[in-house]
Amino acid sequence: MAPSYNAKEEDGHQPGATGHGGAGTMTNKKPDNTAFKQQRLPAWQPILTAGTVLPAFFVIGLIFIPIGFILIVYGLTLLIDYTGVDMSSPCYNCSQSYSWNNTQSCTCSVHFSLDQPFESNVFMYYGLSNFYQNHRRYVKSRDDSQLNGDKTSLQYHICTLNRCSKECEPYRSSDKPIAPCGAIANSLFNDTLELYYIDPNGSRTAIPLVKKGIAWWTDKHVKFRNPSGNNNLTVVFQGTSKPVNWRKPVFELDPLDSDNNGFINEDFIVWMRTAALPTFRKLYCIIQKKPNNMTPTLPRGEYILEVTYNYPVRSFDGRKRMILSTISWMGGKNPFLGIAYITVGSVCFCLGLVLLSIHYRYGKRNNSAEISS
Amino acid sequence: MGSLLSQLGLECGGKDVREKERHLRANDRELNLSYKYADNAIKTSKYNIFTFLPLNLFEQFQRLANAYFLFLLCLQSIPEVSSLPWYTTVVPLVLVLSMTMAKDSSDDMNRHRCDKQVNNRKVEILIGGDLSLILLYLSLLLQADLLLLSSSEPLNLVYIETAELDGETNLKVKQALTVTGKLEDSIEKLANFNGEVRCEPPNNRLDKFTGTLTLNGETYSLDNERILLRGCTLRNTQWCFGLVVFGGPDTKLMQNCGRTTFKRTSIDRLMNVLVLNIFGFLMIMCLILAIGNGIWEYQEGSKFAAFLPKGVNAPFSAFLTFWSYVIILNTVVPISLYISVEIIRLGNSFYINWDRKMYYPKSDTPAEARTTTLNEELGQIKYIFSDKTGTLTQNIMTFNKCSINGKSYGEPWQKVDFSWNNLADPKFCFHDNSLVEEVREGNPEVQAFFRLLALCHTVMPEEKKEGELYYQAQSPDEGALVTAARNFGFVFRSRTPERITVVEMGELVTYELLAVLDFNNVRKRMSVIVRSPEGKLTLYCKGADTIIFERLNPSCSNLTEVTTEHLNEFAGEGLRTLALAYKDIDPEYMEDWKLRHHEANTAMDEREEKLDALYEEIEKGLQLLGSTAVEDKLQDGVPQTIEQLSKADIKIWVLTGDKQETAENIGYSCNMLRDEMNEVFIVLKHHSTWNSISLVFHEQSFITFLLPIPPHLTLPPPSLSTQAFALEKDMEMELLRTACMCQTVICCRVTPLQKAQVVELVKKYKQAVTLAVGDGANDVSMIKAAHIGVGISGQEGMQAVLSSDYSFAQFRYLQRLLLVHGRWSYLRMCKFLRYFFYKNFTFTFVHFWYGFFCGFSAQTVYDEWFITLYNLVYTALPVLSLSLLDQDVNDWWSFQYPQLYTPGQLNQYFSKRAFVYTVLHSGYSSLVLFFIPWAAMYDTVRDDGKEIVDYQSFALLAQTCLLIAVSIQLGLDTHYWTAVNQFFLWGSLSVYFAVIFTMYSNGMFLTLISSFPFIGTARNSLNQPNVWLTMLLTSILCVLPVVAYRFLRILLWPTINDKVRGRGSTHLSLVRQDKVLPPAPRRVQARRTSTRRSGYAFSHAQGYGDLVTSGKFLRRTPKSRPALFSQTDSPLAQTQPQSYRTISEWEEPPLSP
Repeated sequence: MAPSYNAKEEDGHQPGATGHGGAGTMTNKKPDNTAFKQQRLPAWQPILTAGTVLPAFFVIGLIFIPIGFILIVYGLTLLIDYTGVDMSSPCYNCSQSYSWNNTQSCTCSVHFSLDQPFESNVFMYYGLSNFYQNHRRYVKSRDDSQLNGDKTSLQYHICTLNRCSKECEPYRSSDKPIAPCGAIANSLFNDTLELYYIDPNGSRTAIPLVKKGIAWWTDKHVKFRNPSGNNNLTVVFQGTSKPVNWRKPVFELDPLDSDNNGFINEDFIVWMRTAALPTFRKLYCIIQKKPNNMTPTLPRGEYILEVTYNYPVRSFDGRKRMILSTISWMGGKNPFLGIAYITVGSVCFCLGLVLLSIHYRYGKRNNSAEISS
Repeated sequence: MGSLLSQLGLECGGKDVREKERHLRANDRELNLSYKYADNAIKTSKYNIFTFLPLNLFEQFQRLANAYFLFLLCLQSIPEVSSLPWYTTVVPLVLVLSMTMAKDSSDDMNRHRCDKQVNNRKVEILIGGDLSLILLYLSLLLQADLLLLSSSEPLNLVYIETAELDGETNLKVKQALTVTGKLEDSIEKLANFNGEVRCEPPNNRLDKFTGTLTLNGETYSLDNERILLRGCTLRNTQWCFGLVVFGGPDTKLMQNCGRTTFKRTSIDRLMNVLVLNIFGFLMIMCLILAIGNGIWEYQEGSKFAAFLPKGVNAPFSAFLTFWSYVIILNTVVPISLYISVEIIRLGNSFYINWDRKMYYPKSDTPAEARTTTLNEELGQIKYIFSDKTGTLTQNIMTFNKCSINGKSYGEPWQKVDFSWNNLADPKFCFHDNSLVEEVREGNPEVQAFFRLLALCHTVMPEEKKEGELYYQAQSPDEGALVTAARNFGFVFRSRTPERITVVEMGELVTYELLAVLDFNNVRKRMSVIVRSPEGKLTLYCKGADTIIFERLNPSCSNLTEVTTEHLNEFAGEGLRTLALAYKDIDPEYMEDWKLRHHEANTAMDEREEKLDALYEEIEKGLQLLGSTAVEDKLQDGVPQTIEQLSKADIKIWVLTGDKQETAENIGYSCNMLRDEMNEVFIVLKHHSTWNSISLVFHEQSFITFLLPIPPHLTLPPPSLSTQAFALEKDMEMELLRTACMCQTVICCRVTPLQKAQVVELVKKYKQAVTLAVGDGANDVSMIKAAHIGVGISGQEGMQAVLSSDYSFAQFRYLQRLLLVHGRWSYLRMCKFLRYFFYKNFTFTFVHFWYGFFCGFSAQTVYDEWFITLYNLVYTALPVLSLSLLDQDVNDWWSFQYPQLYTPGQLNQYFSKRAFVYTVLHSGYSSLVLFFIPWAAMYDTVRDDGKEIVDYQSFALLAQTCLLIAVSIQLGLDTHYWTAVNQFFLWGSLSVYFAVIFTMYSNGMFLTLISSFPFIGTARNSLNQPNVWLTMLLTSILCVLPVVAYRFLRILLWPTINDKVRGRGSTHLSLVRQDKVLPPAPRRVQARRTSTRRSGYAFSHAQGYGDLVTSGKFLRRTPKSRPALFSQTDSPLAQTQPQSYRTISEWEEPPLSP
């Protein structure tokens, strides 16, 4: 091995040679001897060795597989497509005669049965597919400050002076400013879903659907606000017009609960939280568990879903679904994640075995191999 | 003196018309100025205060990248196209522009300072009002090309050293015209001097000058003898006056400097190619998405129109989408790439400046990276072109050994004390006491030996004070020999044309000098014939051993054998040897010879031949005295460095202006040439000696190629008589082909420009990265031509350093520069690029995949703020710390295994191939990073049943997964985990979470509703277990294949790096336990024992003998300078210790701080 000449140079600073004119200390340009400047910072230098890699593989495998099983076991889901594409479908008629401006509502009933009882709180969703709520032009088309209760965006003369958000175009104003403006609001999902349990004796029992508490707390209390100043929403929204596709103005969205009207209507808030993917589901309501906790929330048996069919999806080959789901400690039933964990865990474990065998076969040879000089 | 000082230059005047002839008149400013010749001032700065902002911005936007981002910004301002808000581009762009601006302004400030310093270098200019008359003092570096007018020395001689120009260190003589010499130092005469000079236009020929001087109606021709060139140093001359002929850029030195070109590294070029390809790739992606958009709009969008605002027709929508995607996907080439690359290079340059192991305490010089943009190229060097004088050697000769009468002296024992000799030079060292004893005991051979050294030379003594001798030698070898004689008690004291006075062992003896048989390259010897006070005639001769041995008296054959052995030994140690011999001459024969000598000397034709024949006749039947061995001192560590570098597979070529013998000798002593090598052929001027084929390289130039053992080259012999220039087209391929077959190449007698040509040649045809290292002005052209120029801030001034990219004080630091800093820089840069492209491609590809799920509408996957901050904040510092601190193996191992350097030469760490792997890798990662969250989320909800697959939550999930995955990848790439790495990595992740919680907070939303619509997203999704499980899954899936692949690769196909790293870790742990210490460095065996090789080398030129005998050389009463110039001596000169050579210790003040 050739010597590194520098070794002896290090700190070989002879006192007699400090520089010219004896001003050694003053004119000394010798770089500082700090670990950083000399690139000698203490460091951990990990290398991929059999001792670290193989155990890691096995550990990952052993951890992932159980997690996967836990994920796969929990949760119940029932999915009912009520779009009415087939002639046989009960909603076929309704789906044919759709239009946004239909004044008459069309209702249809879908029968279904539960093989298993749904325990605890049951969540009811509506699902849409092939609906591009994530389209850029769609996503943009809203005015968050209007929804946050900014009154200026409700006033006609200000909006016509182009002071309010243009993102809502062309759903910004008709003759008056539209509240809420934009394409998202305009396309609010407006089917009504009702659920009935059919007793074995044949009588229908309406299942109570709770429409509160379905939106994020932050949305309900921070992001969405009614314009302040007056408790009477009718007065507040005076001078605005409803979105073109809407049947009711924004302050009459929930006829039953006056606190659930205006921009803070939870259905509206849920809709306004646009979905990431073209197939999505949104929380419609909650079926709360029975207080006595003795009978399941939704016992096994026959059910009827009563749909007030308003929302047209046939034009873009969309689907509408009703989904019933129970929730486990880690969210809704998620078969993919469970399967993925099991798969990855097994792959890891197998890979660990393969690598181990390769290591035994070839590792020794290379360890002893000399570095050729 | 102050009043006479004046600034040399003003502004640089542009010269449009090509000059045909130069015309000047002394002391006539108006006329001279009317020609608008180039001033002596040099201007390198670019801006002033007012032009800075507009010019700098203009320049910055000329860079393609910046212009591209400006274009993006314009695109973003079109609402139909804008898929990202303006700040995503503006924030980085402003940051980049301002950083570059800050750097440029500090650079320019430095240049201003530098210019000022250079232009303010002080020279005395004659009052009486003309810029063009200049007074120069001893040891001054000339700053312009001057016509010599008069000097302090007799016969208007001036002694100069041209080491800066051609690397030769012997003194040269220039002589002024007698007519101008009469001006002497009289101010009035000089002021009234009105000679007119007409001469050639500025050119780069150092050895030629033609012109005329017209004075008082008479015309005198001017040749090179009358011209002092810029870069020369005045020696032995108190003062001289000159008329400036060429100034500043017109000087021959500057004309020889070659063009300054903006250097770019090969990584730079590769990056440019890649960036262009990436743009192409980007366009393809955008096109695919735009077509997708067209189809989608046609099939779905039209039906979906009821829900969508502002539907346009499909083709137009596709067109707009194309540009929208250009904006979104531009992150494949983010603006921060360029700024990061600059920062990394800057950082690695600072490491070079800070390296204590490249700091030379003797001259208090740290290494300096003068160019901060070339670092990674240092790790890819394939060819090194080195100067010899001052670079490999210290340019100091020391009398090291000798062989006298068959006995060898000088084996290092202990330092000899010369205090018995009060005329001794205190700086002289010798390590063998026995020789001193022999001298003092009066051994006749030893005394004769030193008597010869004291008599047979052309050195000029100078005795300023009694006993304080200075020798002014024409060649340092000779100086060393005379100094040796002086210390051994044969002090050469003074000479006249007829006499040489020597103090022999304290006794004054005067010899009569009868003849000097001068040295020349063919004779390779010189002799003097002297008459001792006793009347004995003796011829003393010294010269190349082979030459001397041919002329010996047969009686010396025994001695010859022993001496030859010694000579081989000396030569084997790389010493420069001379054989010494003498002969007693019969007085009568001498009379006759002298007569014939006089005849020959005055002969009109064939004078040279006649003289040669005469010399030949008398230098016969010599008695061998012995031989001397002078060491041309190498710089410390040169052989080791060369060995290390050649182990790293770097080829070293020595390009020198010096003689072949000298160069070869150095080649042997620094281990470049070894005995097992075969000289295959040697290119000589007009004739082929040896078993060689000749190429005519250039007039006076030849090249030595040496090959390892047999393969005997057969080259089509080019015609020998015709002048062919090897560096012209037809020959250069031949030259290169041959040179590249050789292990070692030494080119001798090359001019500065030829040095550059050789470099260019290799650059052009070998596609290899070249480095040129030199220390003098003669190396400037090659330093500029090579990919990387390294200046040794040694003894020959600062020109080389000023035009170099890196500078340090010792050649040996080169190995640290390359093997450690270069290797690390290259490794870091490659790691950086690979990782950077990885992280950005991964980032961008996710958008691409998302395009298929959002109707190709150019919706982003991530939050806009994340897009803005991803490169600037979240990933900037970790990757910078990786690329500033990472080391795969430490410097010690880099020296232990120079082979570690080779991946750089082969471009292994970052090439197009590596880039494709990176793209594929990030393709895989992006698939994982998009589809795992997609699949995990599309059908699930929060644990309270509320939705989680909304756009904002999904964006948060995707970006968090991405950030974690790229951080882990960074961790895998990091080989050297310092606290800084940890801090930045964890810090960046923490900052990310801090930022999202801040940005998604109520307060931010309520302050700026439209900018922070993601309110509550972080709180609402990061408390969900399945979000974290998804992140874990994506991270593991991203990392798993990489770990498995790397593990397998190390296991099955380990590279040298892996082996060294593996060994390094065990080694380090052992060291920690103090069990194993690093193996002690092995001393390189520099000795060669086998073949007979002459170590003869003598940097001597012809013509000095004449000077000595004609008396020109000798000082009459030195003319004192006018009282006007009060200062007589440089203060340095008086404090100098006695030495035969006082040049080397004088350095110029460094130009730049």
